[in-house]
Amino acid sequence: MTTPSSPPPRGKTPFWRDPAKRALMFQALMLAALFAAIGFIVSNTLDNLDARGITTGFGFLDDTAGFGIVQSLIDYSPQSTYGRTFLVGLMNTLLVSALGVLAATVIGFLMGIARLSPNWLIARLAGAYVEIFRNIPLLLQIFFWYFAVLRTLPSPRQSMSLGEAVFLNIRGLVVPAPVSESGLVWTLVALVVAVIAAIVLVRWNRRRQEATGDRLPAGWISAGMIVGMPLLVFVASGMPLTWDIPKLGGFNFSGGITVLPELLALWLALSIYTGSFIAEIVRSGIQAVSSGQTEAARALSLSGGMTLRLVVIPQAMRVIIPPLTSQYLNLIKNSSLATAIGYPDLVSVFAGTTLNQTGQAIEVIMMTMAVYLILSLLVSMFMNWFNARMALVER
Amino acid sequence: MDKLTVNTTPVDARPAPKRSVGPVAWLRSNLFQGPINSVLSLLAIWALIAGLTPVIQWAIIDADWIGTSREACGSGGACWVFISARFEQFIYGFYPSELRWRVNVTFVLFAVMIAWLALPRLPAKKLAAVMTLVVFPIVAFYLLHGGSFGMPAVPTHRWGGLMLTLVLAVVGIVAALPIGVVLALGRQSKMPIVKSISVVFIEFWRGVPLITVLFMASVMLPLFVPTEVDMDKLVRALIGITFFQSAYMAEVVRGGLQAIPKGQEEAAAALGMGYWKRMGLIVLPQALKMMIPGIVNTFIALFKDTSLVLIIGLFDLLAIVQAALSDSDWLGFSIEGYVFVALVFWVFCFSMSRYSQHLERKLHTGH
Repeated sequence: MTTPSSPPPRGKTPFWRDPAKRALMFQALMLAALFAAIGFIVSNTLDNLDARGITTGFGFLDDTAGFGIVQSLIDYSPQSTYGRTFLVGLMNTLLVSALGVLAATVIGFLMGIARLSPNWLIARLAGAYVEIFRNIPLLLQIFFWYFAVLRTLPSPRQSMSLGEAVFLNIRGLVVPAPVSESGLVWTLVALVVAVIAAIVLVRWNRRRQEATGDRLPAGWISAGMIVGMPLLVFVASGMPLTWDIPKLGGFNFSGGITVLPELLALWLALSIYTGSFIAEIVRSGIQAVSSGQTEAARALSLSGGMTLRLVVIPQAMRVIIPPLTSQYLNLIKNSSLATAIGYPDLVSVFAGTTLNQTGQAIEVIMMTMAVYLILSLLVSMFMNWFNARMALVER
Repeated sequence: MDKLTVNTTPVDARPAPKRSVGPVAWLRSNLFQGPINSVLSLLAIWALIAGLTPVIQWAIIDADWIGTSREACGSGGACWVFISARFEQFIYGFYPSELRWRVNVTFVLFAVMIAWLALPRLPAKKLAAVMTLVVFPIVAFYLLHGGSFGMPAVPTHRWGGLMLTLVLAVVGIVAALPIGVVLALGRQSKMPIVKSISVVFIEFWRGVPLITVLFMASVMLPLFVPTEVDMDKLVRALIGITFFQSAYMAEVVRGGLQAIPKGQEEAAAALGMGYWKRMGLIVLPQALKMMIPGIVNTFIALFKDTSLVLIIGLFDLLAIVQAALSDSDWLGFSIEGYVFVALVFWVFCFSMSRYSQHLERKLHTGH
């Protein structure tokens, strides 16, 4: 009988065959390579900057800019600093992005629902809109609206007008500006109170429904409160709001608010382009809710509106929100195309004019990129939070 | 006993009720189901007629098609003469006219490669992929740039038009694919440093707009290299586009990798395969097939985005048309120019998106 021989004594594994040690070595090598590359770039950059006589640093932000900006939401004059140009550009970027997100969402949801319409013609028209606009470069669409449409409008003297209050001409869209008088603040207070009351009402109604099964039409009541209460206060306090109606004087309009043609073109192009993507997202989101869900809701005798509101939309939103977020981010990033038509956004004002005047390429580009990175992070954080609230609670 | 008659031949189907077939029934069930739908349909029909009539009138009926100069356009409609007179420039840019056969040969080669890859009946797809991704770019470079094999060199500042648009998009996607694969593998890695470098790289490029990347490529890149190196403007743009695109590609590849069941890799590990063999022989070949629609979609996005290079002074299709619009001989034909560019981009992008949808449907069958 032979005794089973004991396995040969295990020698120590050589360190290059131990996966853990190998991974460590590989990573160390990679870090070293990364640092070497960074070092190479930094030393080259310093040499090049020396050769061109450019001093690095953010000191230039305090220097006087000396150029004008056609649109600024905050106080700005050519005597302001370069740091101020950064803020002006940032505000303009945020303005057009916010306007674009709003309009694109409205267009996208309308068109996405229209694509699923039982009306053959409406569905086809919405389909044609989506296929035409998402397959044409955004820059071309911006150029089209700006150079081919808005630049061919008549001069201020021959403006197209709507009720002698809104005017459209080559210098832009002139609309009446609201002028607040003393006492308007009470209307705002009423609005805030109404919103808070509506939130309280909706919560109370939900608890009451869970406890007793009865529910009030809280949506209609709160809508009525939010519209009605400020209106009542507004009328009661003697309508403290007048409109500054633009008037044609000489060769241009005085009074009112002028929306730049650049802003109009960018806004139109961004919202129509992004809207076509959102329409597809909405369509696929609604189609992702299986028809069994609708049928089950009908079997439970929920009405059509309740089926839509309580069964279809919550499930569709779950599919819609993640790609919708990336469309919003795309829109914000695409707003940088403003520079091609001279709308004074961040890239155009700061990475354009300021960079050319100061030559501080690295600082300026880095600051610009950082802004977009931070905006991206903020929007995706907000949307993740929203998504988590909407997400299915799995048991 | 009653006699039972059994009829074994089926009775012919009766025709459907008159109310449910025919054009009138179709109209009733698709356009005029109810009062609201009827009003909507009528409104849509009115809008279509009101909107399309002047467009057709302008673009086709009143348009001028034949001629060589501005004088041929007097009828008030679209002036397509502007496009035909400038057509060669829109396609080839400032490429010397006697050397344009080289661009044509490249176009034909490209079309052949794409047909080989896309048509399911043609054999040897792997060879086709290698040819397209490796051999074709080298041949295309020597054909377009020249400077050897007895062909005179054409400097890149003379490249332009549709040709430059295609060069930017194709180089961008072909160069971004391998980087994207590496980044995606890095992002899935268990090694913390490799993973974090990949994540930071990907999220950085995905978080910034392409314009700032192009600005960076044109003003910062020259600072990053030793003073002696003089980089071509096109090369700088291509480097920027490649980095930007590789991040998007990495996300597509990651999607493909995640679609492969974990069992595949575990089975390969059980057979004693190392990491690179597992990836190269088992996971990536399956994942790459799943990724093709995603790659086509990123290619469409990149193809549209190449128009941004006009901001750093390269003359792609849109830029060259934009420049032609300010030619004093041809002022006032901006709509014609934009419609032409839009049509070219639309035909490319629409056909590619249809192809990718077709692939997606084809890949979704096995479940």
